[in-house]
Amino acid sequence: MNLSYLFDAAHWDLSAPGGFPQLILAHLGYVALALLIGTVIALPVGLWIGHTGRGSFIAINSGNAGRSLPTLGLLMLMVTLLGLGLTPVLIALTVLVIPPILTSAYAGMRSLDHRVVDAAKGMGMRPWQVLFKVEVPMALPVLMSGFRSAALQVVATATVAAAVGLSGLGRLLIDGLAVNDYSRVLAGAIVVAVLAVLLDLLLALVQRWIVSPGLSGRAQPRSRRATT
Amino acid sequence: MITFEDVVKIYPGGSTAVDHLSMELPTGKMTVLVGPSGCGKTTSLRMINRMVEPTSGRILIDGRDVAGQDEALLRRGIGYVIQHAGLFPHKTVLDNVATVPLLLGKTRREARAAALELLERVGLAAEFAGRYPAQLSGGQQQRVGVARALAADPPVMLMDEPFSAVDPVVREGLHREFLRLQQDLGKTIAMVTHDIDEAIKLGDRVAVFRQGGHLAQFGTPQELLEQPVDDFVAEFVGRDRGLRSLSFDTAADLPVSPLTDGGAELVLDEAGRPVGWRLGGVVQPTAGVFTKADSLRMVTDLAIMSPVGVAVRVGADGTADGLVRHHDLVDFLATRRDRRAAEQEA
Repeated sequence: MNLSYLFDAAHWDLSAPGGFPQLILAHLGYVALALLIGTVIALPVGLWIGHTGRGSFIAINSGNAGRSLPTLGLLMLMVTLLGLGLTPVLIALTVLVIPPILTSAYAGMRSLDHRVVDAAKGMGMRPWQVLFKVEVPMALPVLMSGFRSAALQVVATATVAAAVGLSGLGRLLIDGLAVNDYSRVLAGAIVVAVLAVLLDLLLALVQRWIVSPGLSGRAQPRSRRATT
Repeated sequence: MITFEDVVKIYPGGSTAVDHLSMELPTGKMTVLVGPSGCGKTTSLRMINRMVEPTSGRILIDGRDVAGQDEALLRRGIGYVIQHAGLFPHKTVLDNVATVPLLLGKTRREARAAALELLERVGLAAEFAGRYPAQLSGGQQQRVGVARALAADPPVMLMDEPFSAVDPVVREGLHREFLRLQQDLGKTIAMVTHDIDEAIKLGDRVAVFRQGGHLAQFGTPQELLEQPVDDFVAEFVGRDRGLRSLSFDTAADLPVSPLTDGGAELVLDEAGRPVGWRLGGVVQPTAGVFTKADSLRMVTDLAIMSPVGVAVRVGADGTADGLVRHHDLVDFLATRRDRRAAEQEA
C-alpha cells in the first residue's frame, strides 16, 4: 500500500492541472450532465408509463437491457461512430443512468395507493394536479432510490471518460497504469469511492428534505391510547 | 335534489352495472344506497360526480345535468368521502382538509383557518392538525376524511362506504357524531354501504339495489322494514325487521294501566320514582323505565327484561305514571298492524 500520491499536497493544489480538485470537478461535471440528461429523458417516460400502465414492458425490459450493456464497449462504439469528444461519453453514461430512473419512476407510480388517487380526482383536482400534487410526492421515496442508484453507478463509471482522452478521475487510473504508478491508481480508486459515498450522503439529505415526513416514517407513530 | 333519469351503465365487456335507474334523492336528506356486492350502488354513486360516465340517461343536481359541467369544477362542489378515507399520506391533517378550499382559489391562510374549524367540528382537537395520516387511527382518519369533504361547505356529499373500515365500537361513535353533524348541516347526501343496519340507522331514505343494477325498493327505513316490496328486499332487510321497525314509533300513543295493575307491588321512593318490584318479600329492580318519547322497541325490550313482564313509564320528573304489560303491548301492536294494513289498502 502506497498512499504517497494521495497525500501529496501538490496534487491537491486548486490550480494544478491534473490535480485532484480539477479532476474531481471534471468528473462531477460528467456525472451531473449524465444524470441531468438521463433524468430529463427517463423521468417523464417512466411517470407516463406508470401513470397510464401503457408500455410497461418498456420500463421493465429497459432496466434489464440497460444494465447488461457494457459501458466501455458502448463508449468505444460511440467514439467509432461520432469521433472523440464529450458527446460519446455522455451518451454512454446516459444509457447507464436511464434504466434505474425509468424503472423506479414506473415502480413508484405503480405502487401508489389507488384510493388516494381516486380521492384526489373525486375532490376535483385536474389531471396535472393529481400528478404533481399527489402522485409524484407519494412516489418520491421510490423515485429517489432509483436516482441515488443511478448516481452511484455513474460516479463509478464516469472514469471511462479518461479512456477516450477526456478528464475526470479516470485519468489517475489510466495514466497511473500506463506508467506503472500504482500509488496514483490507488489514489484514483479511493477518491472515486469517497466521492460516491459523499454524493450518496448528499442525496440522502436531499431526500430527507423533499420527501414528506408522512411518507418516510419520520413522523412519530401514532399513540396507541387514542383509538377513535 | 339529485335526480337519476333512466340511467344505464354498461361496462366495456358488456356487463350491466346499472340498469335503467330512476330515483330522486331529496335535498337536505341522507339517502343510503344499499345492496349486495356487484349491485351497482357504487357505480351509481360515482356517476353523480362523473368519476364514472353513464352509458345512457341523465343525472341532475338541482335540475342541472352533470354531464354538461366541467368535471373538476363539478367535483369541487361535491364533498367526496371514500372507504379508508384516502387521505394524502404526504400532507398533514390540516393540509388534507384544506385541499378543496385551496383548489377553489382560497389563500393558504383562509383555507387553513377553515380546515381548523372543520377539524374541531368532527371532534378532532387542534393538536391533530400537524400530524400525518399515518399517525392517526382508522376512526380518526375517517373523521379527517369527512372534514376534508366538508371543508368547502358543498351542498352535496357523496360517501362510499365511509364507515366500513373501522371496528364496530368506533363505527357506532362515528355514526352518532355524523348524525349530529348532519342535523346541523342538512347536506344532500348519497351514501353507499353494504350494511343494511347502517342504512336503516343513518338513512332518511334507503335505496335497496339488487344484483344486475336494479333498484329493488326506494323508501324510508320504516317503509322498507314494514312493507318490503318483494322477498328479496324482505330477506335483505333481515328476519327481525318486525322488531326493528318498532324503533321508528314512539310510545306516545301506547295506552298504560294504573300502577296497581302490575301483578306485584311496584315499590316507589319518597319522590314517587320507581325502585323495583316486591317479589316474595324481596325488591327486584325494574329493568329500566321509559318515557313517552322512547321507542316502542325500547318498551318491548323493557317488558321482556322486567322480572314481572311489565314496563314502567315515567313522566318528565322521573315519577312513575303508568304500566305496560306484555299483553297490552301485544294488543297494541296488533291494532297498529291492522291500522297500517288498512291505510295501505286505502
